[in-house]
Amino acid sequence: MDGPPMDGFGRLADTFFNAEVAARYWPDILAGVWITIGLGIAVSIAGLAFGVALAILRAMQRPWLALPIIAFADIMRALPPLVIIIVFFFAFPLIGISMSAFMSTWLALTLVLAAYAEESVWGGILSLPRGQSEAARSTGLTWGQTMSAVVLPQAFRVALPPLTNRVIAVSKNVALGSVVALSEVLNNAQSATSTAGNPTPLTMAAAAYLAIFIPAMLFARRLETRMQWRV
Amino acid sequence: MTAPPILELAMLELVGLRKAYGSLEVLRGIDLRVHPGEMVCVVGPSGSGKSSMLRCCNRLEESTGGQVVVDGVDITKPGVDINTVRQRIGMVFQQFNLYPHLTALGNVTLALRKVQNKPGPEAEKLGLAALERVGLADKAHAHPAQLSGGQQQRVAIARAIVLEPKLMLFDEPTSALDPETVGEVLKVMRELRESGMTMLVVTHEMGFARAAADRVIFMDAGAIVEEGPPAEVFGAPKHDRTRAFLARYTGGH
Amino acid sequence: MDALLTNFFNLEVFRQVLPFLLQGLLTTIGLSALVIPLGLVGGLGVALLATQTSRRWVRFLVAVYVDTFRALPPIVLLIFIYFGFPFLGIDLPKLLAVALGFLLNNAAYYGEIFRAGFLSVPSGQMEAARSTGLTRAQALIHVVIPQAVHNVLPDLLGNSIEVVKLTTIASVVALPELLRIARDAQALVYNPSPIVLAALLYLALLWPLVRWLSRLEHKNLMAR
Ligand SMILES: Nc1ncnc2c1ncn2[C@@H]1O[C@H](COP(=O)(O)OP(=O)(O)O)[C@@H](O)[C@H]1O
Ligand SMILES: [Mg+2]
Repeated sequence: MDGPPMDGFGRLADTFFNAEVAARYWPDILAGVWITIGLGIAVSIAGLAFGVALAILRAMQRPWLALPIIAFADIMRALPPLVIIIVFFFAFPLIGISMSAFMSTWLALTLVLAAYAEESVWGGILSLPRGQSEAARSTGLTWGQTMSAVVLPQAFRVALPPLTNRVIAVSKNVALGSVVALSEVLNNAQSATSTAGNPTPLTMAAAAYLAIFIPAMLFARRLETRMQWRV
Repeated sequence: MTAPPILELAMLELVGLRKAYGSLEVLRGIDLRVHPGEMVCVVGPSGSGKSSMLRCCNRLEESTGGQVVVDGVDITKPGVDINTVRQRIGMVFQQFNLYPHLTALGNVTLALRKVQNKPGPEAEKLGLAALERVGLADKAHAHPAQLSGGQQQRVAIARAIVLEPKLMLFDEPTSALDPETVGEVLKVMRELRESGMTMLVVTHEMGFARAAADRVIFMDAGAIVEEGPPAEVFGAPKHDRTRAFLARYTGGH
Repeated sequence: MDALLTNFFNLEVFRQVLPFLLQGLLTTIGLSALVIPLGLVGGLGVALLATQTSRRWVRFLVAVYVDTFRALPPIVLLIFIYFGFPFLGIDLPKLLAVALGFLLNNAAYYGEIFRAGFLSVPSGQMEAARSTGLTRAQALIHVVIPQAVHNVLPDLLGNSIEVVKLTTIASVVALPELLRIARDAQALVYNPSPIVLAALLYLALLWPLVRWLSRLEHKNLMAR
């Protein structure tokens, strides 16, 4: 590159905020963004649904149901998500279960989120005074009606802040998919960086993740305050 | 009390004390002298500025005008070492504000150890003596949560007197207590007064003020409306506002 | 069933790689013992800045910092530091890059936890301490911080478990912690059993902590 010698700031800008490189690799990053968002949403929905279902099953108070659920939740919270992704992607094919990078990442993060969601919702259920379900049953509501009309709505309100935090924290782990070459933002940015010989794509990846998750965090915060007011 | 202490140096003197929160004026020029060994009770409706006045006396609130003179020193002047001054001014709060993570003795000795750098055994000895004075030596190793409200407030008093203050400020010390424990706290305060402590007490206990105070001050809307010996202020109030206020407190609830 | 045994729970492979994996486990523990205290100290600083100053712009900057690093996946941050900085001629050693990434990330998370802790301590505590002549710093150290920490112990434990799990991302910069060693071993023996063994070791390390955390949390919830 010719031109006058650059000062420190010019050099920093040229290295991390190189417009030319940015323009060239923009489509790659954007393609990664869609994968990240899509996978994040898929994980959130499936993880929450599965987790809530587990919490309801646990509330039935049958040991043969509760014990496996507790074990599942413990294991999924004790194992690093990256380890789970790697087991699914690299180890499962050898016992005849082949999963794509997308599938491995989705399944691993879904199970992890389900474990945390189950714990949060179960915690919410525990926090309710016994009198709540007793009152409902005393008016002739069935167990299912008591759960859906009295217990769960209140449990969700208690569980909401930890749940929203957890959904965001687990969704962010979509970036771990880069380790199994899932073509999300980070992975695409790393390839782009090595071909371009310039780290601007990494800056773009960081910016892209902020652009996705800062709004998500703000939305979660609004949701929480709104739910609190309704108490 | 002996001769009229007009010329005697005041232990606490407020001169034209003002306090405003933004545009809200809560103290509109308070003049007050509290003499050594005197107990002055402050009564008045809620929101009249009693707490603000008290808290300006040890600069938990910064005044916005006037002077606060403690034992001859204007503590509002720049350059005053407020932490040294505060050890000479004890304060007791409505909500006790005991440190829940420390024992009664730990509460009482914290400032001895950390501010006065007294060695542990000496601090403990002084702390136990202070607890003894409020009748709680046997609770030295209890945590606040294990004590009744009255006991907690007595520990709070011990926490203040252990520093041997020259002046004690009380902000509604019995307002958060169950009726059955009010008496034990008032008893400790009486004993303190008899030992010669100078005290400025905000209270709603009219019976106590009447029986124990040297002087009573009635405050309303950030100003002193009336002041005098308790018999006068309670027996023959001069101002309508005092009368209306007292009627609410004495004329059946 | 046979496939499962030879590929996942191959005892012969387990026996071969176990010493190396234990070495990796030690590195994981050591790395955690480095980055957790760093994060705690950083987080305490962040929370003090967020709660103990009345300067609006300080609080604003702290909020921006916290939100930024809570939104940025740590692996993105680490790769940015480790693979990005060399382009500037700054070649950070692996451990330093990892420590820096974890500090930036953890200070934000622990900072939020401590901030909630500070907010849970009534203002009368500071006032009572100041009224006996303690300086602001003394009051913070002896009165406010112990209570703030006590009130958020379960959250601190929970976040620390997350940090231990997060040390696995150091494997992408080839720092020889447990996951990295297991993956290298897998490549060598051409069998995924080392990964499974690593998972078992993570479980052995963290399951007791997860159990403990659950009990703490449920106790708190039931006491409400
Ligand atoms: N920190 C504060 N900020 C704004 N206004 C305050 C503050 N503290 C007290 N006030 C106001 O000052 C007035 C006097 O309060 P206070 O001194 O607590 O009265 P009292 O103790 O007699 O009830 C009240 O109107 C109160 O709302
Ligand atoms: Mg008051």
